[in-house]
Amino acid sequence: MHILTHIKKTVALLALMAIAVICPVAVSASENDSTENKIDPKEIIFEHLGDGYGWEVPFNHHKRIPLPIIVWGHDGLHCFMSSRVDHGKTYTDGSATFKIAGADSDHKGKIVEIIDGKEYKPWDFSITKNVCALFITVILVIWSIVAVARWHVRQGHKAPRKFVGAIESLITFIYDGVIKPTLGAKAPKFAPYLLTVFFFILYMNLLGLIVIFPGGANLTGNIAVTLVLALITFLITNIFGTKHYWKEVLWPDVPLWLKFPLPIMPVIEIFGVFTKPAALTVRLFANMLGGHMIVIVLTLLIFIFGAMGAAVAGATTVVSVLFSVFMLLIDVLVSFIQAYVFTMLSTLFIGFGQENPHEHEKAIGKEVAETVSHE
Amino acid sequence: MELFTPDFGLIFWMFVAFAILFFVLYKWGWPAILKGVESRADLIDKGVEYAQNAKDQLDHARELADKTLAEARRQQADMLREADRMKTQIIDEARDAARKEAAKIMDAAKVSIAQERKEAEKQFRNEVSSFALDIATKVVRNQMSDSARQKELVGSLLDDMEKQN
Repeated sequence: MHILTHIKKTVALLALMAIAVICPVAVSASENDSTENKIDPKEIIFEHLGDGYGWEVPFNHHKRIPLPIIVWGHDGLHCFMSSRVDHGKTYTDGSATFKIAGADSDHKGKIVEIIDGKEYKPWDFSITKNVCALFITVILVIWSIVAVARWHVRQGHKAPRKFVGAIESLITFIYDGVIKPTLGAKAPKFAPYLLTVFFFILYMNLLGLIVIFPGGANLTGNIAVTLVLALITFLITNIFGTKHYWKEVLWPDVPLWLKFPLPIMPVIEIFGVFTKPAALTVRLFANMLGGHMIVIVLTLLIFIFGAMGAAVAGATTVVSVLFSVFMLLIDVLVSFIQAYVFTMLSTLFIGFGQENPHEHEKAIGKEVAETVSHE
Repeated sequence: MELFTPDFGLIFWMFVAFAILFFVLYKWGWPAILKGVESRADLIDKGVEYAQNAKDQLDHARELADKTLAEARRQQADMLREADRMKTQIIDEARDAARKEAAKIMDAAKVSIAQERKEAEKQFRNEVSSFALDIATKVVRNQMSDSARQKELVGSLLDDMEKQN
């Protein structure tokens, strides 16, 4: 009985692999006739990773879900749907004419205003694919967290199960595991921001892995998004920074010759104040972008090798699909890890800004006392 | 490259979106959850403490009950032993009393038997003596039919009396 099911499974697997090999053969056979289907991997990769004025629809390269374009041109505000300017069309709204800049323009892929035949970039507040995904994420995060909060208000002391239990375990994981040990008594003050950041990034990361509509936007792999998040951490660190923190930055506890007459250490410290958020920005951005890029490249390999013949394409398909599934699974892990790391580093940076000389000295005093007692 | 130059519109909307998200969660999300988790943890702690106390008390009560039971058993055994002892004592005493009584009765019986016997002996002696006297009288009468013999007898009797005095 056991052996029978085993054989069945093996046969099914072999059949699937055979299909996987044969399908691309058939496709390439049918597509070999049209020579204009030349693949430009770079174009495809950046199109998928970048922003856009419409949202791609699965299995269709021409149709897109239209999204609103909001621009502030030379004569004021203009709002129209992106379907009016797709496929290189120009749209005239009142006295202003708009189009999406072509591949040869400086503003490639962006909306531009045409004045006297020249392209000018207006203030662009469009609800692009990324902005739309941003709001979808915000709604999802609000929905899930407020659901947990309402559950807490309504049936406070029951054991949390299912969805509430899952979200709550994440909340306590971050709050008790990261925020509380680092910030101590100040934890409740900064926890709302840090927890919001964690869930926001986590949801953005995970939604980015879903290829069709509600997901698919490469949000955390976009430098604007990570930049804003890091900027907020930077502002919180420095606005709520204690006197001791500023003293440590401007007049650190090092030998005098390191800070006078040449302020070497203060310069390094001030530089550090800005490199910390920069590191936050780049770390999240690069990690997520890299993950997405690898998956797309692995998928593209099928089509690149497809040009070499049917057998090669078949073999590549199997390998590529296996590898991209593997990479996507890794990306699920990375989604969580990067959200965790961003939150942890933000907590750490905010924690630096919350240091008090008293506590610091007390800690040192304690250490000294311990060393003495050990000896 | 587009990917590395932050887009102004996206930055603007990111700020807006994050501000909305933060405001909503700050107001209706985190405080309720963190408070809820904390108060539930307190409740669980209290519950565990309460259960621990209850268990301790129960253990204590059981110990007390065991002790009381053992005490009761001991008392019971004592009482039984005491009762046994008393029973034996009573029986002994009763036996003693009975023996004494029996002895008394026996003594009394003996006394009365002795008395009776004495009485009987006396009576018997009286009767025998009266018989003897009768017989003697008869014998004497037969023998004392002649006066010579009477004189002899009187003489011998007088001799005896003289000897006695």
